[in-house]
Amino acid sequence: MYKIVSKKQLSAEVFRMELEAPLIARERKPGQFIILQIDNDVGERIPLTIADADPEKGTITIIFQTVGRTTHVLADKQVGDGVPALLGPLGQPTHIAKVGHVVCVGGGIGVAPMHPIAQAMKAAGNKVTIIMGARNKSLLVMEEEMRKIADELIIVTDDGSAGRKALVTVPLKELCEQTPKPDMAVIIGPPIMMKFGAETTRPYGVPTVVSLNTIMIDGTGMCGGCRVTVGGKTKFVCVDGPEFDGHQVDFDNMMKRLRAYKVREEVDHNDHHCRIGLA
Amino acid sequence: MHKQLETLYSEATATLAPLKEKPLTPKDRMAIPAQEMPTQDPHVRCHNMTEVALGYSAEQARVESMRCLQCKTAPCISGCPVGIRIPDFLKAAAEGRFDEAVGIIRENSLLPAVCGRVCPQETQCQAPCTLGKALKNPELAVSIGRVERYVADLQRESGKQEVPAIKPARGKRVAVIGSGPASVTVAADVRREGHEVVMFEAFHKPGGVLVYGIPEFRLPKAIVQKEIDTLTAMGVKLETNFVVGRTRKIKDLMEQDGFDAVFVGTGAGLPKFMNIPGENLVGVFSANEYLTRSNLMKAYDSARSHTPMYQAKRVAVLGGGNVAMDAARTALRLGAEEVHLIYRRTEKEMPARIEEVAHAKEEGVQFHLLQNAVRILGDENDCVKQIECLRYELGEPDASGRRSPVEIKGSEFLMDIDSVIVAIGNGSNPLISQTTSGLTVNKWGNIIVDETGLSSLPGIYAGGDIVLGAATVILAMGEGRRAAASINSYLAK
Repeated sequence: MYKIVSKKQLSAEVFRMELEAPLIARERKPGQFIILQIDNDVGERIPLTIADADPEKGTITIIFQTVGRTTHVLADKQVGDGVPALLGPLGQPTHIAKVGHVVCVGGGIGVAPMHPIAQAMKAAGNKVTIIMGARNKSLLVMEEEMRKIADELIIVTDDGSAGRKALVTVPLKELCEQTPKPDMAVIIGPPIMMKFGAETTRPYGVPTVVSLNTIMIDGTGMCGGCRVTVGGKTKFVCVDGPEFDGHQVDFDNMMKRLRAYKVREEVDHNDHHCRIGLA
Repeated sequence: MHKQLETLYSEATATLAPLKEKPLTPKDRMAIPAQEMPTQDPHVRCHNMTEVALGYSAEQARVESMRCLQCKTAPCISGCPVGIRIPDFLKAAAEGRFDEAVGIIRENSLLPAVCGRVCPQETQCQAPCTLGKALKNPELAVSIGRVERYVADLQRESGKQEVPAIKPARGKRVAVIGSGPASVTVAADVRREGHEVVMFEAFHKPGGVLVYGIPEFRLPKAIVQKEIDTLTAMGVKLETNFVVGRTRKIKDLMEQDGFDAVFVGTGAGLPKFMNIPGENLVGVFSANEYLTRSNLMKAYDSARSHTPMYQAKRVAVLGGGNVAMDAARTALRLGAEEVHLIYRRTEKEMPARIEEVAHAKEEGVQFHLLQNAVRILGDENDCVKQIECLRYELGEPDASGRRSPVEIKGSEFLMDIDSVIVAIGNGSNPLISQTTSGLTVNKWGNIIVDETGLSSLPGIYAGGDIVLGAATVILAMGEGRRAAASINSYLAK
C-alpha cells in the first residue's frame, strides 16, 4: 500500500494528494508520470502526472481531476488510507537545457506536471515565462508555486474571474510576436489546448514541446494502447514520450482515440452484460 | 462431433479393467484407443471464460499412459526442451502411481500444470514418439501433455504439492526481473540453493505472460497463482509495481542495494504492428492490449472490472500464431458476432498449435488464408469500419524451404468490420537495455548471452523471450534452468 500522507481539495473537482512512494520520489525527473490503481484485482490502471516530489520525505504529489471511476474513488480516500498500486516513474524525462527564454503554458491541471519542468528550466538558467489558464479562478492550481519560479506569470481564465479574460493562446501569440521571440514553448493541458497552442507557435517557428496523456494499461511499452501519430510515425506515449514535438503530433487522431470508450460504454452496457455467461 | 465427458470417462474405465489384469505386449499397447481430451461444448464455451479442456479422469490417464511402448530409444526425452524422463513418468502413471509420476516430472519442470496445458507437445516430445511413428500418424502419439496435466492437477487439488526444501542461507542476494516462466524457474532454483531472492514485476500481479497473455479458458489463473504461492512459501520476496530500469536501474540494484547477481527475464513485450494505413484508428488493438485488458485486467467480467473492453461485433484478427487464436477466441467470448482471422500463408504454415486452430474453428472463428491486410478504413469519428485485404498464392520455396506467399496483383477486396486485433508477434522491450550501459543486444534487441546464460556484464544473466525472441513457456523454463545453474555456481565461487 502507498499511504496518503496529505490531501487537499483545490476545487469542486480537483484534488491534491501526497503519497508515500520513496522509490518513485527518489528516481523521478521532470516530465515523468506514474500509473495508479485503486483496486489490485479489478481496478483500471490510469496514468497520472507527478506535480512534485520530496525525496527526503519519500513522497510524491499528484494533482488530479475527478473524471472517471478511479479518480472519483481516489478523491474519496482520506489521509492514512492507501493506494494499492503505484508504478513509476515512467516515460522519458524532459530534456532540460539552457536555451534562453522558455514559455511554459499550463492549462487546467496541466499546470501540475508543468511545475517540475518549469522548476528545472529555471534552475538550468533559462528565463521562464509561465502562462496559467483555467475555465475559472477556482480551477487554477499551484499559483503560489508557479509564481516563485516565474520571471513573469500570466494568468488567464475563460470567464475573467482571475487574470485576463482570454484563452492561453492569446498571451502566447503576443509573446511569439515580441522580438526576440521565445526560444522554446512547453505546453501541457487538455488536448484541444495543446493543439491550438502548437498551432499558435507554429508560424513563428518556436520549438514547442507538448506532454501527452493517453489511455494506457502497462505504461512500459507492452500494450501499445497509448500510441499516437507523430510526424507520420507511430509512437508510444509511455516509452517514447510523454513529450513530443507539438508541431508533429496528430492531435485530431489522438483526441478521437481518447474517446474510444466514452462513446460506446453506455450504448453497449446492457448488451455486454447478457453476452458473457460467466459461470 | 466430440464425445461427451461422461462417455469418455466410462469408456476409459471399461478399457482399463482388462488391461490391468495382464502384462502388456507392444502389440497390446498399440491397440489401446487414444484417449480423447473431454472439452466443453463449442457452442457453450464460446460464451464463457472457463477452461475449454476439462481434463482426463484417472482411468483415462492410466489408459493413455499404457499406450507408451516404453521404447529403449525414448526420443520423447530429447524432444522435451527440459529433458523430462517421460517414459518413467508414464510408467508410474500407467500403474496408478500418480504421485510418483508428478515427482519425476518435477525433477526437471517446475510448472507441470502449466506446461501440460500450453506446451506445443505435438512439435516437441510427441513429434518423435515411436507409437505415433508405428501407427503412421503423429496425432496418435502418446498424449504426454494430457497425462502431465492430470498428474499435476491431482497433486495440486489434493493439496499434496510440497514446498521444496531450502538449503541454509548463504548470504547472497539475487534479483529476478520479471515473473513469467523463465523468472519463476530461476527464482525457485536459486532460492533452493539458499540464496535470498527478490522477484521484481512491473504489473500489479505476478505471472507475466501466463497471467496477462494466455486466457483463462486455456490456462486458469488460479493455477498460476498456486505456483507463485509456492515461490513465496519458499521465501522468495515479490516486489510488484516495480519496473526495473525506471523504479531502479540494474546498476543501482547491484552497486547500492546489495544484489550479487541479476536475472533478466522480461520477455518479449513490445507489440509489432503491420505499419499499414489506418492502424491508429479507434478500434485497432495490439493482441497484447486486447488480451491484457481481458485477462489481467479482467475486463471480461464487466460487472466487476473497471477496465472497459471495446465493443465490437465484427472483429478481424491479423496473424496465425497461438496469440492470434487466443485473441480471436476471446473476441467471440466478449460478444463478437463474427471473428475473421486473416493469415498470409496457409494453415500448414500457421505457427499456432493444431489443437488451438481446431478449437478456434469449432467455436466459429472464420479463417481467411492466403490473405493479408493492406489498409484499415475508418468512419468520420476515426472508428474502424472496413479492412482492405489482398489475396496471395504460394510461390516458389524460399531459402528456408517454405513456399513463400506472393501477392496477386489487383486482388484487393474490402471487408466490413469494426475492430482489428494485430497479432503478428512481439519484439523485445528495450527498457532494460536502454537503462543498462554495457549490456549487449542483437539487432532485434534480444540480450546476447553465452552458453551459461551470462550477458556481456558480470553477474547479469538473462533468459526466456528477452533472449530467444517470442518463443514458448517450456523454452523459457529451459533457459531459466540453465541460467539458474550458472548463477548458483557463480555465487558459490
